[in-house]
Amino acid sequence: MANTASLEAHATGHAGHDHHTPTGWRRWVFSTNHKDIGIMYLVFSIVAGVIGGLLSGLMRLELQEPGIQIFHGLAAMAYGLEGDAALDGGKHMFNVFVSAHALIMVFFTVMPATMGGFANYFAPLMIGAPDTAFPRINNIAFWLLPPALLLTILSMFFEGPSGAMGFGGGWTAYPPLATVGHPGPATDFVIFSLHVAGISSILGAINLITTILNMRAPGMTLHKMPLFAWSVLVTAFLLLLALPVLAGAITMMLTDRNFGTTFFAPEGGGDPVLYQHLFWFFGHPEVYIMILPGFGIISHIVATFSRKPVFGYMAMAYAMVAIGFVGFVVWAHHMYTTGLSLDVQRYFVAATMVIAVPTGVKIFSWIATMWGGSITFRIPMLWAIGFIFLFTVGGVTGVVLANAGADRALHDTYYVVAHFHYVLSLGAVFSIFAGWYYWFPKMFGYMYNEFLGKLHFWVMFIGVNLIFFPQHFLGLAGMPRRYVDYPDAFALWNRVSSIGYYITFVAMIIFFYATWEAVRKKRPAGDNPWGDGATTLEWTLSSPPPFHQFSTLPRIDSKDAH
Amino acid sequence: MTGQFFKKMGAAAASALALSPIMASAQEIGAVGRGHPEPGQFHLQESVTPIMDSIVAFHDGILMWTISLIVVFVLALLVIIVVRFNAKANPVPARFTHNTLIEIVWTVVPILVLVVIAIPSFGVLSDQMTMPDGERKYLGANVFSMGEVDVPAPTLTVKASGEQWYWNYEYVDQGVAFDSNMLNEDEIAATKPGQPRLLAVNNELVVPVNTTVRMQITASPSGVIHAFAVPSFGIKVDAVPGRLNETWFNSRETGMFYGQCSELCGKDHAFMPIGVRVVTAEEFETFIAAFEESRDYAVAVATLPAL
Repeated sequence: MANTASLEAHATGHAGHDHHTPTGWRRWVFSTNHKDIGIMYLVFSIVAGVIGGLLSGLMRLELQEPGIQIFHGLAAMAYGLEGDAALDGGKHMFNVFVSAHALIMVFFTVMPATMGGFANYFAPLMIGAPDTAFPRINNIAFWLLPPALLLTILSMFFEGPSGAMGFGGGWTAYPPLATVGHPGPATDFVIFSLHVAGISSILGAINLITTILNMRAPGMTLHKMPLFAWSVLVTAFLLLLALPVLAGAITMMLTDRNFGTTFFAPEGGGDPVLYQHLFWFFGHPEVYIMILPGFGIISHIVATFSRKPVFGYMAMAYAMVAIGFVGFVVWAHHMYTTGLSLDVQRYFVAATMVIAVPTGVKIFSWIATMWGGSITFRIPMLWAIGFIFLFTVGGVTGVVLANAGADRALHDTYYVVAHFHYVLSLGAVFSIFAGWYYWFPKMFGYMYNEFLGKLHFWVMFIGVNLIFFPQHFLGLAGMPRRYVDYPDAFALWNRVSSIGYYITFVAMIIFFYATWEAVRKKRPAGDNPWGDGATTLEWTLSSPPPFHQFSTLPRIDSKDAH
Repeated sequence: MTGQFFKKMGAAAASALALSPIMASAQEIGAVGRGHPEPGQFHLQESVTPIMDSIVAFHDGILMWTISLIVVFVLALLVIIVVRFNAKANPVPARFTHNTLIEIVWTVVPILVLVVIAIPSFGVLSDQMTMPDGERKYLGANVFSMGEVDVPAPTLTVKASGEQWYWNYEYVDQGVAFDSNMLNEDEIAATKPGQPRLLAVNNELVVPVNTTVRMQITASPSGVIHAFAVPSFGIKVDAVPGRLNETWFNSRETGMFYGQCSELCGKDHAFMPIGVRVVTAEEFETFIAAFEESRDYAVAVATLPAL
């Protein structure tokens, strides 16, 4: 039931080419095609995700038992240390892994997958555009990422604290630990890495905002635009406004470290807490940047497999706007223990709890979309339903933490680690897998083996829940985060959590095997493998779409929704 | 539509009630750590101060219930959906995309829930952030009261300074200070057998029971940020160079109470614990007099009974 306007576009999408599709390495290095660039982002994200996941694997291996079992050996191997020096090196190396794991997962896995990959590939298709507004900016934005990742990885091989290698200050990089505590160049490498990654994201945001605001097909008003495009638009604005503040904060840190400024140094009249305000002014919108595109993906998948339009489109779109907006004025809920006044804490408690309302509206709206639907539980739908439940769990622990009175006991414990991994690893990552399985047939023209994809889902579901649910217990019991070793009483749940990692590892093996199998077997997807529930414009194109689509723009009828 | 909504609410409430034994508070479950974690613990450590009393009551009595009900409710809805609206059971999808009543309900009800949470929340927070003056009453375990617990004004001030990687404690009014370092396993066996690994310290912070202690927290001016935390007291404050943060506690029990550094501070972040030994008022008198006189912690601590 593709609308007549898009049938027309489909037919003419193949005509009128007077140049051929580029080939070889030039196609990718010099690409100005949003689909090719989207795929490069996705491949990059998978590679980075493997690296980030291996780092956390070694951490969970260490944390499985009380005591230090492997990190002194790792430090000995990596840096040629012996005896006590190896133990010291190992403890610091654990902090390096903690920091690198987070930086890689945030900046090089989740963000490239959602905004680089899916947004670039599908936002133009959904709005009926032939490409993004600035195809060459799109290209440079992608190609800035591999050097940025390289800089973070390189940082591990330069001196941080005296006599130790790598940056171990956490992804948050608070001074004075990141400045005075790391005299060597490792911190500077991380700062440069974030500068470059930040530029990449800002350029991508500029491109996507301009595309969505200016290149929607005739008849597609903003209020007819698909929800994924809405999520990309809101996220792009968050990136545009938040990333420069991070850039400012880390540049001030760079000058503190290298050019004698004392922004964050008390002996010069500066304040370490100033950095925290600047960082979290970026850092809180950053977590919404990571989840909002996922919200958009889930809306599409739930509607498709329920064969029912999304419930409450306007509320869904404006809930995302509200979340984005309010997300800018809650940052100090990450700082309740720094010594903020009572009034300031009270404000941030109230503002933070406000965000629960639009978020709840979305959860209930997805449920209402499914209610009365005719649901097929294909692979993408499993991930989407898993997301709805698990994001709710993560969201409610966020409500607990929002209360500064309770946060007093829970700040910097594993309760926080559990909370953000539920909303990220079980939220954002589940939405990314959902989008991957949903759009893989469109991007590559092949269908996954249904059993293998579902096996991936179930093994992963069990694995990640086993990793992170017990961490709530550890946090309540008082286990601090970023700890290489812990009092023996915390052993049981740490052991369970580590076993969860090994199961998740198996799930990822299944994923890679299933992907290889799909590419080998080449089961053809056709234009729309998902049926009449898939109503957005990408499903009117071939799978994969032509190199250039919508050379003639589709017209959107007034009766069409999104 | 509304009838179905209420039916679903009932189903959700019933399934929530069925799970209620799990929701029992930390005090009822018992055997949870007091001053230190117990193996396999899955709840907050036991409280010995009015502040931790209110944190435990707020978390166990209100927050846990609220979030558990919400999660169970959403899970119940999803289960109903899977059973009732799969393609086989429901081959023709409905077409509705709006329902004004339910949209209002699911906006207003969460707001009400958040307000109900916020009221005790602000009370719990205000108690933590207000230094007792002997007049102000504190919530203690009854977070919906207007404050029933008397807490005397502070009579002892201790400054804790975070260093890499140990704590320095100063009895400010008495002008005596000492360092507190973690004990490794051999040292524990030799000097303090039975104390927990990674929590035992050589020189504990000694304070009197039933006394309001004003804690001032800072860090070495040329050092990094740490954080001072004692879970059973319900306190956690960042130790920031160049900044003097303040908190307070009043323990109603004697004994050993441990905490751990709670802000990443370098390679030994996990190895600079906090050990607080709460003694009787008489024992403390003797201790602090000996400390002031000898200016030697070892001499002072020798006046205390063996642990």
